[in-house]
Amino acid sequence: MESFIQVRDLVKVYSLGEVEVQALRSVSLTVERGEFVAIMGASGSGKSTFMNILGFLDHPTSGQYLLEGINGKNLSRDELAEIRNRKIGFVFQGFNLLSRTSALENVELPLVYAGASASKRKEMSGKALSEVGLKGREHHHPNQLSGGEQQRVAIARALVNQPSILLADEPTGNLDSKTSEEIMRIFQRLNQDLGITIIMITHELDIASFGKRNIIFRDGKIVDDHVNFVRSDAVGEGVKR
Amino acid sequence: MTRLLAGLRIALRALMVNKMRSALTMLGIIIGVSAVIAMIAVGSGAKARIAEQIASMGSNLLIVLSGSSTSGGIRFGTGTVPTLTADDAKAILAEIPAVKYVAPNLTGVAQVVFGNQNWSTIINGTFPEVLEIRNWSLASGRPFTQQDIDGATKVCLLGKTVAENLFGGIDPIGQIVRIKKVPFTVVGVLASKGQSTYGTDQDDTIFVPLTTAQKRLFGMQFPGMVRAIAVQAREPEVMKEVESQITALLRQRHRIQPNQENDFSVRNLTEVMSSAEQSASVMSLLLGAIASISLIVGGIGIMNIMLVSVTERTREIGIRIAVGAKGRDILLQFLIESLVLSLIGGAMGIGIGIAGTLILSTFTQWPTLFSIQAVLLAFLFSGSVGVFFGFYPARKASLLNPIEALRYE
Repeated sequence: MESFIQVRDLVKVYSLGEVEVQALRSVSLTVERGEFVAIMGASGSGKSTFMNILGFLDHPTSGQYLLEGINGKNLSRDELAEIRNRKIGFVFQGFNLLSRTSALENVELPLVYAGASASKRKEMSGKALSEVGLKGREHHHPNQLSGGEQQRVAIARALVNQPSILLADEPTGNLDSKTSEEIMRIFQRLNQDLGITIIMITHELDIASFGKRNIIFRDGKIVDDHVNFVRSDAVGEGVKR
Repeated sequence: MTRLLAGLRIALRALMVNKMRSALTMLGIIIGVSAVIAMIAVGSGAKARIAEQIASMGSNLLIVLSGSSTSGGIRFGTGTVPTLTADDAKAILAEIPAVKYVAPNLTGVAQVVFGNQNWSTIINGTFPEVLEIRNWSLASGRPFTQQDIDGATKVCLLGKTVAENLFGGIDPIGQIVRIKKVPFTVVGVLASKGQSTYGTDQDDTIFVPLTTAQKRLFGMQFPGMVRAIAVQAREPEVMKEVESQITALLRQRHRIQPNQENDFSVRNLTEVMSSAEQSASVMSLLLGAIASISLIVGGIGIMNIMLVSVTERTREIGIRIAVGAKGRDILLQFLIESLVLSLIGGAMGIGIGIAGTLILSTFTQWPTLFSIQAVLLAFLFSGSVGVFFGFYPARKASLLNPIEALRYE
């Protein structure tokens, strides 16, 4: 049976004028459904490039990437947009919420492009917001919310379309350590209770330790890939997987 | 449908965020549309006035003028020497089938007296058919008839201006006025026609039977003669033909040799007026074209501001594309935005254009005319300006690379 995510010999080359930069040099990887993967690595190690390709935001120069058997290689911009809409939830470092737009409307955004009716949008967005503990904050605007709350809105937005996978690019990069932990608790709960596959990029070791599997990138290659001990202070049974 | 509604909401919100900018951008369209509305109103008003004047002058009208005769090597100007007779007029009616009515006339200026009032006006001796040919109608009383012509009775029809000046509030019908000391009974008053194309008061006139004018008023110098004959053709298509038939007939009747000049001339007044109407059309087209340029400038303003807006909202566009907006969703969002700008501007422009035109026509007395078509046209034009100039920025937005857009600061 094929894996949930299959990556084989992925290469990405950027050409900056005369110079060619190899962002990814032959990356191969499989991820199964329900995994919680933390990717670490220094700046410029290629992890963001890798995430963009996983998120169907970018095409690899060569190699193959399959998400649930779907190959994005020959798909048009609009077809890729549709896959992102239905299968992928994004959480960014800078939250990337629309300003002057209420939390509820921000969460509704993927549903607007999925063509859902207004009543259905409202219902699903409300549910997603209470999922991340923001019930009663639906009509606050991003500038009335704290950083942690904004990131939770972003998580609700990523969840609202019931995606197969959550891609988080440094989700705690702009948050203090206490709030970071709250966000990671939410991730863990989504992963364990709802079985959502999560792939997360982070700089910080203690954030990475929330993931069940840690992957380390260096110079466009995977240099380490190991199963992680579940943190003793985290939810769960606390045994080695 | 849901997408359109969502797009509309997004657009309205984006416009509300930058109220001043939106208002200034709209101002360009407002000025453009109101200029188009005002210019078309002025242009078609002028056209309508000319058309009205053509109608009041009488349609399919030819005027045969006497004169340009040669006497002992001296050539006289047109109309100075009467060469036409009432019989010429009758012959034209009898022998040219395409002629509907004829009315010869003999005119002169005379002092008219009623009681202690007097007034100098143009006395027009003519046939009853003049009312048909020149589109006159009676405000009261009756026209004079063929019997009045045959009997050279002393009856007259007063123009509105004459009636007002001589009689004030009194009903003129049945009263006696004296024209050159000859008593005439007023049998009718003409309905007002207002100014002619050349600015003269058409209502300042008196109609009397031709025969009476010839015998009692102006006929002494050239007995039996008339100055001009008004001829109405049955339809506009035969005007040229009738013109040449009249020429041939009159040459024959006046025994003019092939190498001699005509002692009369035929003028096609309708043609003259239509060319005036045409130049009015050209003028209104020109005015409209100039106004359209300002609308296009307004459109460029929209394009400019939409480009700024797209750049400013690069990150927002990136977010939307990342969560699944397709190219057409983004395209639509920005097109709706520019369309809303241009249509609101267009609607306000229509209001201001109409108000401005009304003010203009009140102060300048220019004739203006609004038509639903012109208003709709201006509105549609502003809408298409919005789409046309909004398309490039919207397309630019829809083609943004989401990765770069998300990184945009």
